[in-house]
Amino acid sequence: MKSMISPASGAPAPLAGQPPAARPRAAGNGVWLWFAVPGLTLFCAFWLLPMVRLVGVGASGPDGAMAYLSVLTNRHYFTSLMSTLALSAVVTVATLAISVFVGLFLQRNRFPGQSVLLAMLTFPLAFPGVVVGFMVIMLAGRQGLIGAFTNWLFGESLVFAYSLAGLFLGYLYFSIPRVILTVVAAAEKLDPSLEEAARSLGAKPWQVLLHVVLPALLPALISSGAICFATSVGAFGTAFTLAANIDVLPMTIYNEFTGYANFATAASLSIVLGLITWAMLALARSLTGSGVAAAA
Amino acid sequence: MQNRFRFYLQLGFTLLVCAFLVVPVVLSMLAGVTENFFVGLSSGLTLRWVAQVWEMYQPTIWRSLIIALACLAVTLVAGVPLAYMLARYRGGHSRLARVIEELLMMPVAVPGLATALALIMAYGQLREFRASILFILVGHVIFTLPFMVRPVLAVMQSSQLAQLEEAAASLGAGRMRRFFGIVIPNAASGILAGALMVVTLSIGEFNITWMLHTPLTQTLPVGLADAYASMRLEVGSAYTLIFFFMIIPLLIGMQWATQATRKKVSL
Repeated sequence: MKSMISPASGAPAPLAGQPPAARPRAAGNGVWLWFAVPGLTLFCAFWLLPMVRLVGVGASGPDGAMAYLSVLTNRHYFTSLMSTLALSAVVTVATLAISVFVGLFLQRNRFPGQSVLLAMLTFPLAFPGVVVGFMVIMLAGRQGLIGAFTNWLFGESLVFAYSLAGLFLGYLYFSIPRVILTVVAAAEKLDPSLEEAARSLGAKPWQVLLHVVLPALLPALISSGAICFATSVGAFGTAFTLAANIDVLPMTIYNEFTGYANFATAASLSIVLGLITWAMLALARSLTGSGVAAAA
Repeated sequence: MQNRFRFYLQLGFTLLVCAFLVVPVVLSMLAGVTENFFVGLSSGLTLRWVAQVWEMYQPTIWRSLIIALACLAVTLVAGVPLAYMLARYRGGHSRLARVIEELLMMPVAVPGLATALALIMAYGQLREFRASILFILVGHVIFTLPFMVRPVLAVMQSSQLAQLEEAAASLGAGRMRRFFGIVIPNAASGILAGALMVVTLSIGEFNITWMLHTPLTQTLPVGLADAYASMRLEVGSAYTLIFFFMIIPLLIGMQWATQATRKKVSL
């Protein structure tokens, strides 16, 4: 390394009296591009080109490029797409409602144990989908808590982990921590004097919430809601753990690929799925005008 | 009086949500050390399930650690210079930099299933590559790269690199020397946050890995899915317990690092 470091190897140092505008800019700009070479090479070789290939494979089946329309024309794929979108939409709405409620409460009140609560609420943030699925089994599975509780209460155990309801619970499980974090961070930046003004003008608490707090939180809600929606649409691990026959699009793709070796369909469906999630995030970003960082 | 009531109502709901998230974790930890979970704790505590998992699935644990560290090494070598370019090229305001940033996020925005299928379609024919852990590593690198680039870029953008570098250059420091002597130390907190994130994500990655793995290249989450599907609940729980012990320190470190970064970047 040392041998590479010599005063001559860098851009020429500006002379002492030279104005900053005369810095040797043009010479520098090209050099910076070299720093991007390793990363961009990896990206192009292992994502961009494979994706282009996937688009091609999607059109290589017996139906050609029409395969991309099969998600609309084939009844099975269409129901699967619709149930995925509906489930994700419901999850997103429920997560936003819960997170706004809890996030605002935690940000507004000071009480002992509050930071522990927040830490516990955000702790499952990086759980992989499979583990989330297992958590749902722990709650609502055959030996789960809800089953044991309802058995004790009504003499009949309620087991719903292996259905769409279980999937809903799982998606809620991994969405809540992320959205709560965003809500708390956004609520910290709110201007308290606006709420005071509203209150002093006689607004009731729900009016303050509806007309002052929620509009101010809106950008954060749009961006975290979009992430929540996109993650739910693409989630695979949770559904995989709970049951192979839940009819959501990622499971359909997986079954087409491994079960029926139907590569063209799997490819075209996953391109459609990718377009949906990407478009969701891009839309949210253009609405809020800020970077919507998708999460794992 | 009404305020008190509202407070406790909200607290109650918050505790309920908290219980929803935490109770299953505690239950699964308990199940992993219980003799028979169906009977309950009265059947006695045991480490035999943990031992059984250790015996059966140990290779998956080591493999996941190796992949995570390799992934970290690659994302460091490729990601930090890339963030540097994004921060500095044409003063950091170029269209090219925005396009690259957008592209880098695509593997995160697009479901892992699609990325995995694409990799299989493009490179599945290369048998040796397909059967090695390199194939999984490639998937992890693509997925985690933006999580290295973003925090590093954020710190670089907020730390007046241009002026610092100019000062160093005026004292005769070359480009490499400036990169290692000024850029990297200044971006250290972002690098740390990114590194913790990359390792955590790589250890837990399932959506891509499930499609890319072979019976000989199972990782920890793949083993977990396998255990959930085919083993008794206690074994799956014990395995999950081991997983928790691996990622909890990472999660705590991550919370601490993001706080440190946020203070530094403070917008």
